[in-house]
Amino acid sequence: MPPRSASPTRPLAELGRGARDALPFLLVVFPFAVLFGAVARAAGLDVIAAMTMSVMVIAGAAQFTALALMQEHAPALLVVASALAVNLRMAMYSASIAPWLGGLPLWRRALAAYFLVDQTYALSIARFEAEPRLPLAARAAYYAGTVLVVCFPWYLGTWIGAVAGAAIPARLGLDFAVPITFIAIVSPMLRTPAHLAAAATSVLAALLLAGLPTGTGLILAGLAAMIVGAEVERRGFGPAAPALPQPDPDAAEGGEP
Amino acid sequence: MTAEYNIWLIAAAIGLGSWLIRFSFLGLIGDRQLPPWVMRHLRYTPVAVIPGLVAPLVVWPEATGGAPDPVRLGAALIALAAGALTRRLLPAVVAGMSAFWLLQWLLG
Repeated sequence: MPPRSASPTRPLAELGRGARDALPFLLVVFPFAVLFGAVARAAGLDVIAAMTMSVMVIAGAAQFTALALMQEHAPALLVVASALAVNLRMAMYSASIAPWLGGLPLWRRALAAYFLVDQTYALSIARFEAEPRLPLAARAAYYAGTVLVVCFPWYLGTWIGAVAGAAIPARLGLDFAVPITFIAIVSPMLRTPAHLAAAATSVLAALLLAGLPTGTGLILAGLAAMIVGAEVERRGFGPAAPALPQPDPDAAEGGEP
Repeated sequence: MTAEYNIWLIAAAIGLGSWLIRFSFLGLIGDRQLPPWVMRHLRYTPVAVIPGLVAPLVVWPEATGGAPDPVRLGAALIALAAGALTRRLLPAVVAGMSAFWLLQWLLG
């Protein structure tokens, strides 16, 4: 029986799926972008400066951190260091997504890295683990779909917020939509005791380490939680068949046998 | 602020640094086979980082000045349960936000 080959329509379908799956996050990303634009403007940045930050960084937490420190007249080096500390968790995302997207040519990986944010990572990793047999092209398309819906509205929202300035109405508790959307994306992943143990460790450690400089507590909590998850799995309470990238049935890309 | 800081330089520095962080493993490892123990740990990255990222936002919300809020705690638990039971994103978001607005109306 010939191997089931990756149909040409598959990547296109995955692109649409990625965009569709990312829609709930739009509810959060767009208002936050608008808020950032407005806050940046209020802090004294012009529209172009606000846009520059959003285009260069695409990370809300880091951008807000930088703004807050600049408003407190912190040294430029501290502004940059703090923003980067907040983004350190992206190193873990990079390591985690490497097995799934690592087969792409270097320039496409560099591009994918630019768009690697909490939401594109979370959505994509959930999809890749649920469907490990997706070919690389389909995975890349899914990721691109999430990027379209998560990252481009970030630019647009920033622009709107910066231009509209002070005329932004208060959000109706949309700040709480941030944790809700992430809880929604993670809770289906809590399939085994190992996953549950890791998540519980993550929560406890993050709360305990909250006093540490921004970003460092989360890194430590993340590492501790990964170790707990791995240990529980080693003792037999993990997934029966761990989700791993399956070799491409066609192996058309890259040419690896 | 623009007089005090070179915003372009700061944005570029944060942007470049962030990209290097994001590209670190994706660029260096690619899809090279990693040892089983590494994969065993990496497997838990999403459930190890995202709950920790979110927990302070739920327990010490900025909207209440950091004070724990039963409305948010309750809504978060409902979102968690909905996600775990339905295994789908949208029902969990709808359940969580609905619970939030409902509890806020009842208790707020």
